[in-house]
Amino acid sequence: MKRVYVNEEWCLGCHLCEYNCAFANSGLSDMAYALKDKKIFPRIHVEGDDKITFAVSCRHCEDPICVKSCIAGAISKKDGVVKIDREKCVGCLTCILVCPYGALAPGENGTMQKCELCLDNTCGAPACVKGCPNRAIVYEERSEAE
Amino acid sequence: MKKYVIIGNGTAAVGCIEGIRTLDKDGKITVISAENHHIYSRPLISYYLEGKTDLQKMKYRGDGFYKDNGCNVIYGKTAVSIDPEKKTVTLDDGEKVDYDELCVAAGSRPFVPPFEGLETVTQKFGFMTLDDALSLEKALTNNSRVLIVGAGLIGLKCAEGIAERVKEITVCDLAGRVLSSILDDDCAPVVQRRLEDNGIKFLLSDSVVKFDGDKAYMKSGKTVEFDILVLAVGVRANSELVKQAGGEVNRGVIINEKSGTSIKNVYAAGDCAEGCDFLLGSNRVLAILPNAYMQGRAAGVNMAGGDAVYDNAMPMNSIGFFGLHIMTAGCYDGEMTEEKTEAGIKRFFEKDGYLRGFMIIGPTDRAGIYTSLIRNKTPLSEIDADFTKKVASSSIFSSEIRRKKFGGVV
Repeated sequence: MKRVYVNEEWCLGCHLCEYNCAFANSGLSDMAYALKDKKIFPRIHVEGDDKITFAVSCRHCEDPICVKSCIAGAISKKDGVVKIDREKCVGCLTCILVCPYGALAPGENGTMQKCELCLDNTCGAPACVKGCPNRAIVYEERSEAE
Repeated sequence: MKKYVIIGNGTAAVGCIEGIRTLDKDGKITVISAENHHIYSRPLISYYLEGKTDLQKMKYRGDGFYKDNGCNVIYGKTAVSIDPEKKTVTLDDGEKVDYDELCVAAGSRPFVPPFEGLETVTQKFGFMTLDDALSLEKALTNNSRVLIVGAGLIGLKCAEGIAERVKEITVCDLAGRVLSSILDDDCAPVVQRRLEDNGIKFLLSDSVVKFDGDKAYMKSGKTVEFDILVLAVGVRANSELVKQAGGEVNRGVIINEKSGTSIKNVYAAGDCAEGCDFLLGSNRVLAILPNAYMQGRAAGVNMAGGDAVYDNAMPMNSIGFFGLHIMTAGCYDGEMTEEKTEAGIKRFFEKDGYLRGFMIIGPTDRAGIYTSLIRNKTPLSEIDADFTKKVASSSIFSSEIRRKKFGGVV
C-alpha cells in the first residue's frame, strides 16, 4: 500500500507540511481562517537539529505496537491504515510511550491524533506530500527498505 | 474443527481471540466470563467515574466483536477446575466445557490484608472491575469522605476519578512515597504535590492498625474519619486453577515465551501469568495492559498451531494525574543521568552501554523513541551520545538508520 516516505536530504525544514496537515484536518475551506493566529496541532512534525531536518508521521507499521498497547482499544488497523477513534481515547499517552517513531501527539483537547493519510478528509491523499515544495516527503508504494 | 476455550474476558482474552483468528477462521472459541459485561477496558474505570468516557465508549472492542470472531461467551460463570487429562473445564454450576487448546486469562484479584475491624466498615470497595466502579459510584455523594488504602496506580487513579465528586479524599500507604513501584524518592513527591494541589491528602509511611465503623486508627496515632473505604493495597494473580491442575505456579502461572504453561495444551496470559521480563532475564508478573494483549496474542497464535514468540516484555507505564503526565519503562539499574528543565524531569538509567530504563515526569513527547532503545537493546555508541540532553527525536540516530525507519516498510 502507499505510505508517506521521507527524503530527509531534501527537507528544507520549512514546516509547510505541518500547516497543510492542520488545514486538511480542520474541516474548513479557508486556510487563513483555519490557521491564522492559532496554535496548530498537525499530525506530521518536522524534527531535527541545525544539520538535518525531516518530517515524521505515522509509518502505518505492518505490526503496529500502538494498536496492541492502547488501553482504551481506540487504535485499530484497517485496510493497512492505522486509525484512532478519538471518542474512545482518554489521553493516557500509552501510544506515545510505545511508538518507536514518535509519530503520535495529542490534539487540542488532549486526545491523541495521528496521520490517517488524509483518506477520510476532503483531501483524499496526504496534504503534507501535496504541499511539500521539495519532494522531501513522497506518497508511494515501496516493498522493502530502500 | 478445533475447540478453543478461554477462561477470562479481559485484554488477554481479546489478544488470544485475535491471535487464534490470524490462523484459524473456523475453530470454535468459548469464552468463560465471570463478569456480566462485554469486553471493556479495565484501566478506564477511573476515567468513567471522572466522566471522560462512558459505558459504550469504554468497550475495548466493538459490539460485534464476539460475533465477528465466532465466539460463544458464557457470562456470569466461573471456571472452578481444569482436568488436563480429559481436557475439560468445569464451571461453578457443574457444566463441563471440552477443549483442545485452553488459555487461562483469569486476571487478578485485590489483595486484602487482614485488617482488624474491617468487617465493621459498611461501605467498602475494591477498584479493579467495572462493577467495583459502578457500586462505588452509587455510594458517592458530594459529602463523602473517602479513605483510599494504597497509593499505587489503582488507588491514585481512583482518587483522581472521584476527586470532583466527593468532599474529601485521604490516601494512605505503608510506603514513604506515592507510586512506589514505578517512581523513586525524588520523582514521587512531584506527583504527590500535583495530587495535593487538587485537594487529595496523604498519609504516607503510615498504615491502618484498626477499623472501627467509620474510623481508621493509624499506626502514627492519627485517626481518619470516613464514609467510604477503597482498598487498593495490591493484587494477587488468579493462578489457582492451573496450580490445582498440576501446573507450575509461582506468583503467577509460569509461562514460556510462547505463553505456554507447564501443562500441555494449556496457555496463560495477562495478570494471572508470570512470564520473562527480558531485561531482568527472569520471570515476573507484569500486570500491565499491553503485556496482557501481547501474551494473549502469542497464546492464541500458538493454540491455532502457529509459532509466535513474545520475548521482549518489560515494565512500562504511561499515566497522568490532573494533567501531569508520567512515563516510565524498563528497570532502574546502572548509572543515572538526569535532565531537569522547566517542563519537568527525565531520568535515564544506563548500564554496559545500553539504556535500561527511564522515568519522565512532564516532557513525555515522543518518549517511545527511548522505549525502543531499551526494547531493541540499541548500543548507545550507535546513537548521539548526548541524546539524554535533547528532546526525544529520531535525530539521535544516524542518517542510515533514519532512512530505514522513514524510507522503508516497517
